[in-house]
Amino acid sequence: MLLISCPWCGPRDETEYHYGGQAHVPHPESPADLTDEQWAEYVFYRDNPKGPFAERWVHSTGCRRWFNVLRDTATHEVLAVYRLDEPRPELPQAGGNR
Amino acid sequence: MAEPTTIDAGAGPVALRTSPLAHLAERMRAAAVTGARGVALTERPFVTMVNLRVDPGSDAAVRIGKALGAPLPLQCGHTTASGPHTLAWLGPDEWLVLSHADATTVAGELREALAADPGSVVDVSANRTTLELSGPAARQVLEKGCPLDLHPRAFGPGRAVSTTVGPVAVLLWQVDDTPAYRLFPRSSFADYLARWLIDAMTEYRGPDVP
Repeated sequence: MLLISCPWCGPRDETEYHYGGQAHVPHPESPADLTDEQWAEYVFYRDNPKGPFAERWVHSTGCRRWFNVLRDTATHEVLAVYRLDEPRPELPQAGGNR
Repeated sequence: MAEPTTIDAGAGPVALRTSPLAHLAERMRAAAVTGARGVALTERPFVTMVNLRVDPGSDAAVRIGKALGAPLPLQCGHTTASGPHTLAWLGPDEWLVLSHADATTVAGELREALAADPGSVVDVSANRTTLELSGPAARQVLEKGCPLDLHPRAFGPGRAVSTTVGPVAVLLWQVDDTPAYRLFPRSSFADYLARWLIDAMTEYRGPDVP
């Protein structure tokens, strides 16, 4: 069981949250100009690092707000929690950024 | 085929409404346990609930606080109260106003206070129902299925937090240190939650097993 600290509600069990996939995947500036391959990359292709990974979570049974979590995919250690309007904390070799 | 039900012209929606747990009232009454390990479950139906969204730093938030007679709580778990109203924190810009006053009146006052500023006031009285779980063993019953720390050092009267009890998402509010808790599940989950609680209460009839 992960213990994740919601930026607004504090530490809560993982069961109160839902996972939202990789964070910091920007929507294309002009989607109409993309080739099918580029669009498929945007929609389906995600990083899969072993180690720190920036991902989105939503506190679905709490305050229902989205935020970002920097989690080590190998150890499940939660390295940082930050709001969507905050920059990703600097960590050496942190993945999940494109 | 059954005759179409005739509706008394004088009976408005208020007289016709049925609470989501009306069919379990007898079961809940029968499940009550008395004594040192006592715990009781009742429904308190038809509480006025108004969902409020507004920027907490705005003038509108101050106006709304004045209209209700209590400022908006600004932290997770906090509540404020004034007269018939209790305000529970749901999110950084979202609150639930619980009230004994008439829903249309409360929503109207809030809408007037919000005026043209960004935000929303929605009457959600039918969204959830209210269960009251009280008695010396109430905390133990909840602890069987609530991930929150309900020990008095972390949780106490006047605290209200959105969490889960069993698999059901609820707003959990501790009203006093009997302890008495009010649980606000969505109406469609209320039947399941009430049965879950009745089951969890059963063991307190018997002697304490060390």
